[in-house]
Amino acid sequence: MSRPKIARKSTTIDMTAMCDVAFLLLSFFILTTKFKPSEAVPVDTPNSVSSKIAPEKDVVMISLNKDGHVYISTGDSKEDKDNKREMISTINTSKNLGLSEADINALVKAPFIGVPISQLSQQAKLQTEQMTAQTLPGIPCVDSANNEMVDWMLAVRTVYEGQHEPNILLKGDNVSKYTSFKNIIFAFKKNRFFKFQMVTNPESVPQGSDLWKQATSGKKTE
Amino acid sequence: MAEMDTSGGGKHKKGPGVKKGKKMSTRVDLTPMVDLGFLLITFFIFTTTMSQPTAMKLFLPDDTAKPEEQNKAKESGALTILLGKDNNVFYYEGILKADASGTNFKSSNFKEIRDVLIQKKQSTDTADLVVVIKPNDESTYKNVVDILDEMSINLIKRYALVDISPDEEQLIKITEGSAPSGGK
Repeated sequence: MSRPKIARKSTTIDMTAMCDVAFLLLSFFILTTKFKPSEAVPVDTPNSVSSKIAPEKDVVMISLNKDGHVYISTGDSKEDKDNKREMISTINTSKNLGLSEADINALVKAPFIGVPISQLSQQAKLQTEQMTAQTLPGIPCVDSANNEMVDWMLAVRTVYEGQHEPNILLKGDNVSKYTSFKNIIFAFKKNRFFKFQMVTNPESVPQGSDLWKQATSGKKTE
Repeated sequence: MAEMDTSGGGKHKKGPGVKKGKKMSTRVDLTPMVDLGFLLITFFIFTTTMSQPTAMKLFLPDDTAKPEEQNKAKESGALTILLGKDNNVFYYEGILKADASGTNFKSSNFKEIRDVLIQKKQSTDTADLVVVIKPNDESTYKNVVDILDEMSINLIKRYALVDISPDEEQLIKITEGSAPSGGK
């Protein structure tokens, strides 16, 4: 009795297919990754259970950093930039700043506005890299007597009059004091903005709470 | 396997039946390339943050509305939460009583306030329940967002953000002297 001969097979596997898969996945991840733009004003946002994604269109963003400095910015799309230009022009005419066309262009290009209205022309001369939380004092709104946010929100109201409501986003830092927040809200109310959104980081709903029960029972949450 | 022919061209076989030059395999070992590919994939997966910032909505009341149009809060259904410095939370039900006969002003913290809210929610009619939030100037933005978050966690529909009154400010000052520093 002789054993049937088994052909000795090679142990090497063709790696081409696996290589294809690996690089396909790699290119997928590279292309879908959006790098977080480095922020000139670092803001550490609090957590909330809200699951609504922050909007990215028609945005007027007010940042409140840890020192209570306030900065205003808009979205990156062309419409938003146009609105920003109009906002700055409105402030320019109402406050008689005498900003030149070049100054306004520079301010529109700047990632955010963070100076008292009287110093706008100085911010226009700064390079983008020079605009950080250290160099810019922020829009004054510490007390209600000198609250320039009211002027800015009035400009926003003027620009968006007739258009749809802008998405007002407030991005506040964990440790910033309530005083600044209160004055920002005051500026909103003064200009009939009664709806705004606060940017937060998502957080899981605590187990056993009413919201958790509602979510697990399958009802739609707001 | 891809191997380089390093033998050099010195030994040429001679003869009519021998072909010139050995035919090299065109196969390349792709294992290191696959390794590299997966390494990069892992890198991108770990550096990508999946979380997008979320937004929390807040509706503000119109201050200019006529007093008769404002909704009145029933005393029995009202719960006032005061936020102080160092994450301290204070609360009272109904109208503030702070005279010799005793006080309903209690101190709490962010962990315990949820139980207070749940209890209040169970003991009062949903239509009457209203939570008034009064942060003082020492409290932080995080405190305000946390307490608003508690409202959505406990599905409290009616709540308002109101400025603090001097009396309450005074009470917080007095109590903070003795209150244990709030948790969280």
